[in-house]
Amino acid sequence: MIKYIARRLLMLIPVLLGVTFIVFTMMYITPGDPARLVLGESAPEEAVEALREEMGLNDPFLVQYFNYMKNLIVHRDLGISYVTRQPVMQEIVAAFPSTLKLAGSAVLFAIILGIPIGIISAVKKYSIFDNVTMAFALIGISMPVFWLGLLLILLFSVKLKMLPSSGYASFKHMILPAVSLGAQSVAIIARMTRSSMLEVSGQDYIRTARAKGQKEGTVVLKHAFRNALIPISTSVGLQFGSLLGGAVLTETIFSIPGIGRLMVDSIKMRDFPLVQGSVLVISVAFCIVNLLVDLYYAYIDPRVKTQYK
Amino acid sequence: MAEANAIAKGKKENKSNSQLMGVWIRLKKNRLAIFGLVILILLILMAIFADILAPYGYDEQNLQNTFQTPNLEHPFGTDEFGRDILSRIIYGSRISLQVGIIAVGIAVIIGGFLGAVAGYFSGKVDNIIMRCMDVLLSIPQMLLAISIVAALGNSLANLMIAVGVSSIPQYARIVRASVISIKNQEFVESAKATGSNDLRIIFKHVIPNCLAPVIVQATLGIGLAILTAAGLSFIGLGIKPPTPEWGAMLSGGRMYIRDYPHLTLFPGIAIVVTIFAFNVLGDGLRDALDPKLKQ
Repeated sequence: MIKYIARRLLMLIPVLLGVTFIVFTMMYITPGDPARLVLGESAPEEAVEALREEMGLNDPFLVQYFNYMKNLIVHRDLGISYVTRQPVMQEIVAAFPSTLKLAGSAVLFAIILGIPIGIISAVKKYSIFDNVTMAFALIGISMPVFWLGLLLILLFSVKLKMLPSSGYASFKHMILPAVSLGAQSVAIIARMTRSSMLEVSGQDYIRTARAKGQKEGTVVLKHAFRNALIPISTSVGLQFGSLLGGAVLTETIFSIPGIGRLMVDSIKMRDFPLVQGSVLVISVAFCIVNLLVDLYYAYIDPRVKTQYK
Repeated sequence: MAEANAIAKGKKENKSNSQLMGVWIRLKKNRLAIFGLVILILLILMAIFADILAPYGYDEQNLQNTFQTPNLEHPFGTDEFGRDILSRIIYGSRISLQVGIIAVGIAVIIGGFLGAVAGYFSGKVDNIIMRCMDVLLSIPQMLLAISIVAALGNSLANLMIAVGVSSIPQYARIVRASVISIKNQEFVESAKATGSNDLRIIFKHVIPNCLAPVIVQATLGIGLAILTAAGLSFIGLGIKPPTPEWGAMLSGGRMYIRDYPHLTLFPGIAIVVTIFAFNVLGDGLRDALDPKLKQ
């Protein structure tokens, strides 16, 4: 198992290098002169040129990339924001917890609701419960995060005045954002759980379990669900990625000062170091989640583990 | 003898027909998928005949008539500039379908080619291509699309490129997996034995045989692409006004949600219905094309 973890951690290095390279390249080719941006339109050309030299913008591309990486690895420094003149790392560290809280509660919401719905639908196949929940799930996967968010605000904040429509201070504030962000994942996880439970329930070992007189509940939860968990956990991991992307939209709607909103705002201000840093940090978070899912995968599926013995 | 040949030929034609027919027959049994197909056909017709169907122009302002709630003259009401929302939604279908289809087209062509090359040649080429895909996959799709739009600037074309490029890895993976399962089959070997070169084998034998999963993924993918594009427009990084894009309309209506919710209601319904149609059709196609379910 340790060998497996070490291998997976090593594999992370080239991927992260690639991500930084892509993000850096994209910001590099973006039109616009950062030095001009910092000093403003009216600044004299000599001052802009001097700043350009100071910021290293006159260096060749690879030198710039190398310096960026050196700062990142050695000093854990992602540069300075063009707009606020604060270190990017500091701004990201301030914004990251809200995003993590949002995405985390959305995932939790999706798992707590999605998996039981999927199990019940599979056990009571073609029942009213199954038909109704699967119909909702179909609509759910077609629902844009941002529209659902607006509808929830309309219903719970504007009409019923039950929940706040913006902010992130308390549990109450997190309900609407987490529900609108997690709804699509509830639908996807419920459908995934149902189909993998149905697939597993046709297997011989389920028949064996029933034949030896196991209680139905044990058969469903211990024999069927544990085996169905493998595809389910993959889809939960994938969901986390789209949730981090969806968080950009959710944070915009509910005015949550998270990393997604930071990123959108900095794109509009053409604050490249902040955009770069935000994309990088979210991608690293995504990679770590995927790694954890894979490790969990190895834990629940002994077949994966034995490959690395 | 000639007769026997004719019969054999007829049988052969029948066979390729019957494969398609089989898929169609299985698809037809799936009422939900057919429902999705019908909606899509209607949407496409709506996009084509938008000029005839829309009661008003999409940018026709009427400042005496702002914020009308739905009525006979304006079935979906009017927006903050007095523009007819129904007409804007009808014209918006053009943008959304265009974005969805072209973005997925880009992804299928580039991703499919990379996947086919990786799967067919395996070894080093495979390793290099797929590691690059892994890197792209480790940036969440929405973020990748956002960064591409940020780098290229907002416009319809850039939006399509951003959404398309950010979904390349999915198609590369799917095509690679099916190519690997196909390339060791006898008909590929016999093509090699008769002297076909690699390109011919890839395009003539391998790609046609791995189309099924790509078709399914592309159908679902168009829906996803429309959703991503609408999301980008919603945060102001997609299509600029006055172009009637559904996501941008939602974003514009958002400010007036307290007093005039119809501004956000109808464009949202248009998005949901479109994505729903692509999703159920994609699901139906998957079931219809899956040989495991044929019996």
